[in-house]
Amino acid sequence: MFEELSSKLDLVLKKLRGEGKLTEENITGSLREIRRVLLNADVNYKVTGEFIESVRERALGREVLQSITPGQLIVKIIHDELIGLLGGVSAEVGYADPPPTVILVAGLQGSGKTTFCAKYARWMKQQGRHPLLIAADVQRPAAIDQLEKLGKEIEIPVYLERGAGAVSITSKGIEHARKNARDIAIVDTAGRLHVDQEMMDEVAAIRDAAKPHEILFVVDAMTGQDAVNTARAFNDLLNFDGAVLTKMDGDARGGAALSLRATVGKPIKFIGIGEKLDALERFHPDRMASRILGMGDVVTLVEKVQEQFDEKKAVKLEEKLRKSRLTLEDFLEQLQQIRSMGPLDQVMGMLPGMPKLPQGAAVDEKALVRIEAIIRSMTPKERNHPQIINGSRRRRIAAGSGTTVQDVNRLMKQFDQMQKMMKTLTRKGPKGRRFRGLGLPS
Amino acid sequence: MGLSDLLGFSRLKTGLTRTRDNLTTQISRMVKGKTTLDDALLEEIEEMLIGADAGIDTSVAIAGEMKRLAREKRYVNDEELNALLREAVLSHFKQQDYCGFDEVVSSISKPVVVVVVGVNGVGKTTSIGKLANRYRQAGKKVLIAAADTFRAAANEQLEVWAARAGAGLLTQKPGADPAAVAFDSYTSARSSGVDLLIIDTAGRLHTRVNLMEELRKISRVLKKVDPSAPHEVLLVLDASTGQNGLNQAKQFKAAVDVSGIILTKLDGTAKGGIILAITSELGLPVRFIGVGEGIDDLEPFSAEAYVESLFGSERAVE
Repeated sequence: MFEELSSKLDLVLKKLRGEGKLTEENITGSLREIRRVLLNADVNYKVTGEFIESVRERALGREVLQSITPGQLIVKIIHDELIGLLGGVSAEVGYADPPPTVILVAGLQGSGKTTFCAKYARWMKQQGRHPLLIAADVQRPAAIDQLEKLGKEIEIPVYLERGAGAVSITSKGIEHARKNARDIAIVDTAGRLHVDQEMMDEVAAIRDAAKPHEILFVVDAMTGQDAVNTARAFNDLLNFDGAVLTKMDGDARGGAALSLRATVGKPIKFIGIGEKLDALERFHPDRMASRILGMGDVVTLVEKVQEQFDEKKAVKLEEKLRKSRLTLEDFLEQLQQIRSMGPLDQVMGMLPGMPKLPQGAAVDEKALVRIEAIIRSMTPKERNHPQIINGSRRRRIAAGSGTTVQDVNRLMKQFDQMQKMMKTLTRKGPKGRRFRGLGLPS
Repeated sequence: MGLSDLLGFSRLKTGLTRTRDNLTTQISRMVKGKTTLDDALLEEIEEMLIGADAGIDTSVAIAGEMKRLAREKRYVNDEELNALLREAVLSHFKQQDYCGFDEVVSSISKPVVVVVVGVNGVGKTTSIGKLANRYRQAGKKVLIAAADTFRAAANEQLEVWAARAGAGLLTQKPGADPAAVAFDSYTSARSSGVDLLIIDTAGRLHTRVNLMEELRKISRVLKKVDPSAPHEVLLVLDASTGQNGLNQAKQFKAAVDVSGIILTKLDGTAKGGIILAITSELGLPVRFIGVGEGIDDLEPFSAEAYVESLFGSERAVE
């Protein structure tokens, strides 16, 4: 999708190449495109309007660097603005003294509260905490059973009481946590519509009974324009501390994140990225910004490469390339640098000339892991002098890395091809272009 | 129009009260003292539609349609503008006042097989409970098959709804093959003279290739026992869904040939405008709307009523 944005921007700005500054006239067209992109990403239209205005102000008069086009500069400004808007606050929970730290989870129906509660409890447990889940959703049929089962799966106790009211369950649950030395109490509440006064009164009563240290509002990443209304209503009532964006493993661009941040000013703390109970991640404003704009962009990639790519190593690598002495050690280093930039399909999405991956054709991260394992199973001598790797060494390497000899052969072949390619590349350029370290094995 | 339709109409109206109130006051404010449809006004209308999740392309198209209509008949007051808006939306909205599901249910030799699909948390199970109730009320024998063998306590939730609706329920152990559940339920439905078999499936994101494959398998297996089954595949869509709704509809349609939509949670402030894009691009009719958590809160969809409720001119009574 960024391809679309970037090519449209390039079209708008084609005439402007060589102009030194961003002016009112030359940015209007591109801002219109950006507006479209944001609206398609479900950012609320009012938020979009305000955002575009602030970008316009910031962009006017900016010098265009020689290395990038005005369109890219605007994208970069927007990207930076987005990150600024989305980020800034730490996701850490302040633990209560005396325990338990009470965490209240609220949101609309079907936003993923119960699943999040279980994921979060598991997350806390991994940090050495002793969470207790409290089943205070007495509305949805079998919601209590669901939490009970999830608790069993992650081996975390669940406080439940059938037939009781949500407020009483909450109070007793917290008391239960206190008595049983559980230092975290996570309260799962029923989903409710923000216009349902009765249910909103209930959650307020639960809040008053629980006196939570942290209130989290759960939002579906697929939410459209209405995210603004619901976030505001819940925030007016609960003054929540942060939000959780769920179902981020789909292809929704998640503009709701920006709407929410702009409307109530609360940070997004976590994202849910799958149905499995370990599919919870901290929120990364930079990744979210790229996603809203359509999975990545050239400017960030350049920045990321610059950040991640150790200059000294780069110089060394360049030298080696010139001498055509690329070793498997270098290859491994390169691989790690690429992987440290983020999930591979996102990094791929940022590569110029690399269109968005077709649906379902996810980049095989496992293949990279395999390659890494193979190289790590080699001796330093083998890594630096790949030509000495004979049949018997291949068998040993395969056994050591848990792969097959065929896998090792394939890697050696790819490496060989890469070396050849590098030779021709370095021969072509008179001075040798700066090697950016993006030569992925195909 | 039967009693239930009238009922549905008023419920939808209550559900959309806030929306309409906003829109009508907005429109009245916008058109005060104006006699022509200028660009600024069109832009505001466009934003209004975008705000209802209609999406930028659809909104621009509708605004364009308004412009065309306005050229033919100049409007003078806000009432006429409302009429114009309705006309433009309806002309874009490829669905007329048409439910069609009742005909499906009564026209085919039993059992009529309905598969209900959708992403997580849209209200599939709740809608199935309501759907079962609707046809139980009409004197049909209904069997629900719990092919959501993934989510914790999915069976228990369905049990509650089946009991409320007075429908039969067929479940298997969690982790069982959903296609096997579908197959068993069909065999059971045929032998016990069930009129309507509703198959609940696990919520899945449309981007999960293997899970979509699992849906295909359910459909394949059903076809083996009855080449015309499933007779209806209903996609459940949350009214608060944004532009991603179109992708959802596309992917589910590609996988299991969705034949209609249930639009849920219309009792909030969300307007479900994405269905405008879905009906016009994919030609999928909206069969039902969900307007509350009660078992009766499922109503046949009416395009007229929907648009009317969005842009109705009379004041809403809170």
